[in-house]
Amino acid sequence: MGIFFDPNQEYICASTMESRLLLNHQALEHTLNRLAFELFEKHGDFQNTAIIALQPRGVLLGRRIVERIAELTGVNVPYGELDVTFYRDDFRRREEPLVPAKTNLDFSIEGKRIILVDDVLYTGRTVRSGMDAMLDFGRPIQVELMALIDRRFSRELPVQPDYIGRMVDVVKHETVKVHWSEDNSDNKVTLYSSANNE
Amino acid sequence: MSKLSTKHLLGIKNITRDDIDLIFKTADNFKEVINRPIKKVPSLRDITIANIFFENSTRTKLSFELAEKRLSADVINFSAGSSSVKKGETLIDTVNNILAMKVDMVVMRHPNPGAHVFLSKHVKCAIVNAGDGAHEHPTQALLDAFSLRERLGDLTGKKILIVGDILHSRVALSNIFCLQKLGAEVRVCGPATLIPKHIESLGVKVMPNFKEALVWCDVANMLRIQLERQDIQYFPTLREYSMQYGLSNDLLESIDKKEIIIMHPGPINRGVEITSDIADGQHSIILNQVENGVAVRMAVLYLLAGQTNTIS
Repeated sequence: MGIFFDPNQEYICASTMESRLLLNHQALEHTLNRLAFELFEKHGDFQNTAIIALQPRGVLLGRRIVERIAELTGVNVPYGELDVTFYRDDFRRREEPLVPAKTNLDFSIEGKRIILVDDVLYTGRTVRSGMDAMLDFGRPIQVELMALIDRRFSRELPVQPDYIGRMVDVVKHETVKVHWSEDNSDNKVTLYSSANNE
Repeated sequence: MSKLSTKHLLGIKNITRDDIDLIFKTADNFKEVINRPIKKVPSLRDITIANIFFENSTRTKLSFELAEKRLSADVINFSAGSSSVKKGETLIDTVNNILAMKVDMVVMRHPNPGAHVFLSKHVKCAIVNAGDGAHEHPTQALLDAFSLRERLGDLTGKKILIVGDILHSRVALSNIFCLQKLGAEVRVCGPATLIPKHIESLGVKVMPNFKEALVWCDVANMLRIQLERQDIQYFPTLREYSMQYGLSNDLLESIDKKEIIIMHPGPINRGVEITSDIADGQHSIILNQVENGVAVRMAVLYLLAGQTNTIS
């Protein structure tokens, strides 16, 4: 069988389920700082820039990035959270509909430079829905994409991030999960070798 | 849980508390959508919905049609008045002919109670009940409870009074089922001739005295007198009804009632069941009900359409 995954042999996967730490707390802290500085470098005083994080998991990164920028530069960037459930392309292609999360976007995006934020960039389909959802609020002058984890070679749509925390090469049955602890003392990124893992 | 327990929405009686909570949670999001500059999402873009109305309707039909369009569904409308039903076609034939044109969902209003249950056993598509005779009107009950939940939060223990023509009202029956499932206490008030026999078996207390009932309640849902369904005289005159069971500001002041929510499923007969000062006053949430109707119907259609894998 070699290194290839056999979908009929799932029990092998379950019995050899492994997790590997990709980024520990310290490394993740450095990455967040770097991402915040990269945004600062490109957008300066954030005069005409806003950050929009995608629900549900992107917002955990988005909030931290906005906090980080405020700490490092003293600028409060306009920040919104966007739910993309109604824009997804897999509606009626799964057994049950997804329950939407809250959209919270209380500023105009017309003419702004928008940075879309998500935690793990995989097939690119969520980002595609995110762009559709965002355009229903107006016409930004420019849109960029930030992903904490970029799963290379797994894209199904032509979507590439502008700001990347970490690039990883993982195969399809592996899952990358970002864990945010509530008090920000033990954040980490883990790779699981079984898709069923939490 | 992100799935309804039912394939159709035939009535509130056969759905669960979890279903109602899921519909409300989804409707919260759609309410945010319909308040955006662009009030439309593409979820149902590959779905066609037929609105089949064998009975007149303005609000419900418009509300459903708007909900469908806001979800990007294709919509066809059918009214019995101008159709082959007049030529003697049966209900199943009519609906099957519409479905043969590749329609995915049916929203139907029919004068006969149980028409939807009957139809659901004979056709293959999701059916939404938009009112069946004097039986149920589930989306109205859902939007009423949703509007109350916005004002009052959790409805557990809240006292809700339904006033007027309970006998002919599908809104009353669906409201009773829905509010009781949400933990509220429901009582009814109206002329004895317009209160159904055995309504106590639903756990609903009858309060003959309107003033006492008003003192008791947190919410008064004022129903319209359905003259079109009344084949005999149930009360002497509309004027007498209005004097006994009509709600006005003077009446509220006379019992010193400051906190009350007034609802009405529409259409209003101003000066009969409520006066204009009440309908347009601070206690009334009548127009919120209409606004929420679109969001709640979007949620119902979205959840019913999305619960099966019908494409791949």
